[in-house]
Amino acid sequence: QVSAALKEGRVTPTELCQQCLSLIKGTKFLNAYITIAEETALKQAAASEERYKRGQPLGVLDGIPIAVKDNFNTAGIETTCASNMLRGYISPYNATVVQKLLDQGAVLLGKTNLDEFAMGSGSTDGVFGPVRNPWSYSRQYKEKSVPKSHSEDKESNWVITGGSSGGSAAAVSSFTCFAALGSDTGGSTRNPAAHCGVVGLKPTYGLISRHGLIPLVNSMDVPGILTRCVDDAAVVLGSLAGHDPKDSTTIQDNFKPFELPNLTDVSKLSIGIPKEYHVPGLSGEILALWSKAADLFQNAGAKVVEVSLPHTRYSIVCYHVLCTAEVASNMARFDGLEYGHRSDMNKSTESMYAATRREGFNDVVRGRILSGNYFLLKQNYEKYFVKAQKVRRLIANDFVKVFRSGVDVLLTPTTLSDAAPYKEFIKEDNRTRSAQDDILTQAANMAGLPAINVPTALSERGLPVGLQFIGRSFQEEQLLTVAKWFEKQVQFPMIQLEEVKGHDRDVFQHKKSASFS
Amino acid sequence: WVPVVGLEIHAQISSNSKLFSGSQVQFAAPPNSLVSFFDASLPGTLPVLNRRCVEAAVMTGLALKCSINKKSLFDRKHYFYADLPAGYQITQQRVPIAVNGSLSYSLCIDSKMSQMVTKTVRIKQIQLEQDSGKSLHDDTRSQTLVDLNRAGRLGLFSFFFPPFGCTGQTVLLIKFPFTEGQLRVDANVSVHHPGEPYGVRTEVKNINSIRFLAKAVDYEIQRQIEELENGGTILNETRAFDSKLGCTVPMRDKEGKQDYRFMPEPNLPPLILYDAKSLPANMNHQQVINIDWIHERLPDLPSVKREKLVEQYGILPEHSFALLNEDGLAEFYENVVKQTRMKPKRVIGWVLNNLLSYLKQHSLTVKESPISSFLLADLLNLLEKKEISSTAAKQVLAELWKGEGKTPLEIVKEQKLQLLQDQKELEQICQAVIDRQENEVMAIKAGNLKVLNKLIGLVQRETQGRSNPVLVKQLLEKKL
Repeated sequence: QVSAALKEGRVTPTELCQQCLSLIKGTKFLNAYITIAEETALKQAAASEERYKRGQPLGVLDGIPIAVKDNFNTAGIETTCASNMLRGYISPYNATVVQKLLDQGAVLLGKTNLDEFAMGSGSTDGVFGPVRNPWSYSRQYKEKSVPKSHSEDKESNWVITGGSSGGSAAAVSSFTCFAALGSDTGGSTRNPAAHCGVVGLKPTYGLISRHGLIPLVNSMDVPGILTRCVDDAAVVLGSLAGHDPKDSTTIQDNFKPFELPNLTDVSKLSIGIPKEYHVPGLSGEILALWSKAADLFQNAGAKVVEVSLPHTRYSIVCYHVLCTAEVASNMARFDGLEYGHRSDMNKSTESMYAATRREGFNDVVRGRILSGNYFLLKQNYEKYFVKAQKVRRLIANDFVKVFRSGVDVLLTPTTLSDAAPYKEFIKEDNRTRSAQDDILTQAANMAGLPAINVPTALSERGLPVGLQFIGRSFQEEQLLTVAKWFEKQVQFPMIQLEEVKGHDRDVFQHKKSASFS
Repeated sequence: WVPVVGLEIHAQISSNSKLFSGSQVQFAAPPNSLVSFFDASLPGTLPVLNRRCVEAAVMTGLALKCSINKKSLFDRKHYFYADLPAGYQITQQRVPIAVNGSLSYSLCIDSKMSQMVTKTVRIKQIQLEQDSGKSLHDDTRSQTLVDLNRAGRLGLFSFFFPPFGCTGQTVLLIKFPFTEGQLRVDANVSVHHPGEPYGVRTEVKNINSIRFLAKAVDYEIQRQIEELENGGTILNETRAFDSKLGCTVPMRDKEGKQDYRFMPEPNLPPLILYDAKSLPANMNHQQVINIDWIHERLPDLPSVKREKLVEQYGILPEHSFALLNEDGLAEFYENVVKQTRMKPKRVIGWVLNNLLSYLKQHSLTVKESPISSFLLADLLNLLEKKEISSTAAKQVLAELWKGEGKTPLEIVKEQKLQLLQDQKELEQICQAVIDRQENEVMAIKAGNLKVLNKLIGLVQRETQGRSNPVLVKQLLEKKL
């Protein structure tokens, strides 16, 4: 809708950009952004304006403000991964996905906050502090939350965004941008999407280039897309997907961007409900919602079947071994020599390495590196790493079997519950939390399959809850078509943000037309 | 004692760009001028395989009679070092591109090059791997400066399997097919008594030249023998070769066994090679490597080349060795043969003895030779036509070295080197000499034929070297 508005001249790219920038300032307390690229954004907006004036916009994304998670390289703009190790690091190049968006005329507002090096499920463990879920400040949440005591500061009740792409999810959710890039290794795009009430798409592994995305687990990472509606996600996907010679893990086949049809007849659809996703710890609320959604499909004529993915329960353990192993390897390059933080310790190269890495990495990162190196030791390699790889194949095969049996799309919850208050969340350590929270999203990364979170309803506490659809490899069109149908059925409510400081209310209302396509 | 030597050879493929990144390859470029984002291990960069390097690896594998693995894999080998920016090296540890080859070579047993023996050495594997950067240690300022130009350049890494034999053989082996300066060799050396199991081996790392290789291996073998004979033990350690002292020393940095924590390289899918049979019909040619196609384009192996030379030109095997040992010499020789009527068997002497020794003396390569094959052929033609003597020819050659652009004929004329063609004149001179040298003539008539040479010499002097000694001898003999 915004795109149409730009085209018709009802609003200019510069105005749009300025509104977003001022809204970012007004929502600073969310801590969603690490770096705001005000100057360059305005320049990009001005250039876009020129193009619109000439009647030659580059495409639907021309002039659209976007945000990018701070683990993507952006030329000339600081890229930190929310770590001391890369504080002050200005990348000399753009990640392929960033470049593609810029080539389409998108306006890059800034880099969003995350868990350090994308390790975490709360966006609470970065050096720039935690990200606050915009819904903490929504009327819906405020109405439902019962203050524990009168003296309690309203502020301290805020809830987390989920992670690790929390900043991107919060940015989209609070209207400061129209789309954001995240990354997804174990659920890092879908989890915060669910908690922040936005669409979070994890594409098939190999569809979108990882060149320029600072890797966590090379064999599972994908760039993730966060938007306010499914159509928008399809548009962004269309501009990003395709082979990149700089990334040897992208597939060679030509990708054809698609426009999502408005599905009305679901009778030919087969929806699978994997029983293993009914995990202990799944809140009653979400279980009910999941069930309701299944009924929704069934009542509309679709075939809804229970299926089994028997190796699901091994996926977390398997993920931990493979993830930490790759992390240990990927983090080996941070030695302070070529770039990034370098310790003042200079007695010897080794002591400099050790000090640099101790100072540069937080506990979570260091913990994973140590575990990973342990698993990669010669005497442990077979027992852990190779074993995990074998289990991974079993997990992937589970999906293959189910899809082969005629199921088109799987329907599962995305998270165990709605967003937790920050105070509760930090009572457990990162590893425990990750193990808990990744459980529903992580298998899709193991198998490389596309998956999407669609905001479904508000919980009893007034916070968003989403459901996840998992599709067949490279069948994003089908997946998104189903997701779009579902989105239309559930009519997820718009966030009613209060406490936005210094912002013009009217302009804000105007932005209720939240999508750009 | 039986020494066992295994070699790991790191050689650079001559390609325009590095193995995994797009940056250029250039010898002796200013430090850190050829480094791409990937080479500096900037976060977010990914390796992309260089086609030419793969082709070179396949070619080498085929030339060394290896079986080419149609599917090979890449791994990460982890260790921390300043010249390894990523903290790991991409190599092929599990399934390399080629395995189980062999190399046969002929060895001259004695110095006279009259007896040749064929030996075969086993090649364990050939793998593609990244080269690291170069470290320059500045001890005075306790700094290590790192030049990453080399980082990411190919690495072709052959593993010669023991057993070996004595060092002389090692040296001959390396000459093929790489040129010096782009080679690094690590030698694994151990000794044992025949019949007993192999001894503990040491690794001598980073030997940069063939000469040093021979010295290092020799030294290490001796050191181990002495150590064992004195009742000591050999440590499984890494040593470096100190070229100034001519000995191996233990390396400071690498103590104890390193666990490299090998892990599959997740950013590089398995490398799939095809041959004519397995090539799918609709594959884009640019995307695949066809082993058979490369096989057809293999240049002749030296042993085959040598055989051809011997057959075609009737030269001796040791001659063909010498021709192939020098870059461009074989072509030079063949060009001369084409342009002259002189028999190839004679030409070889001129090329090997005269041309080559001059080049060696002045440290010139065949390419830099001031005498082209055309000029030499020209000269040899004069000799063949008996217009000059072979002594004269050598004189002309000496003049040609100056490279002043004169043709052999011009030099001959200038220096009046033409052989006397006039038989009568020659006879007269011979007669004159005979008449003069009464004592010598008497000696000859008395049976001392050696004195004849003196007379020949005198005739030569009279004619200023322009007489054909063979002819002179005949004439003198006739007269006496």
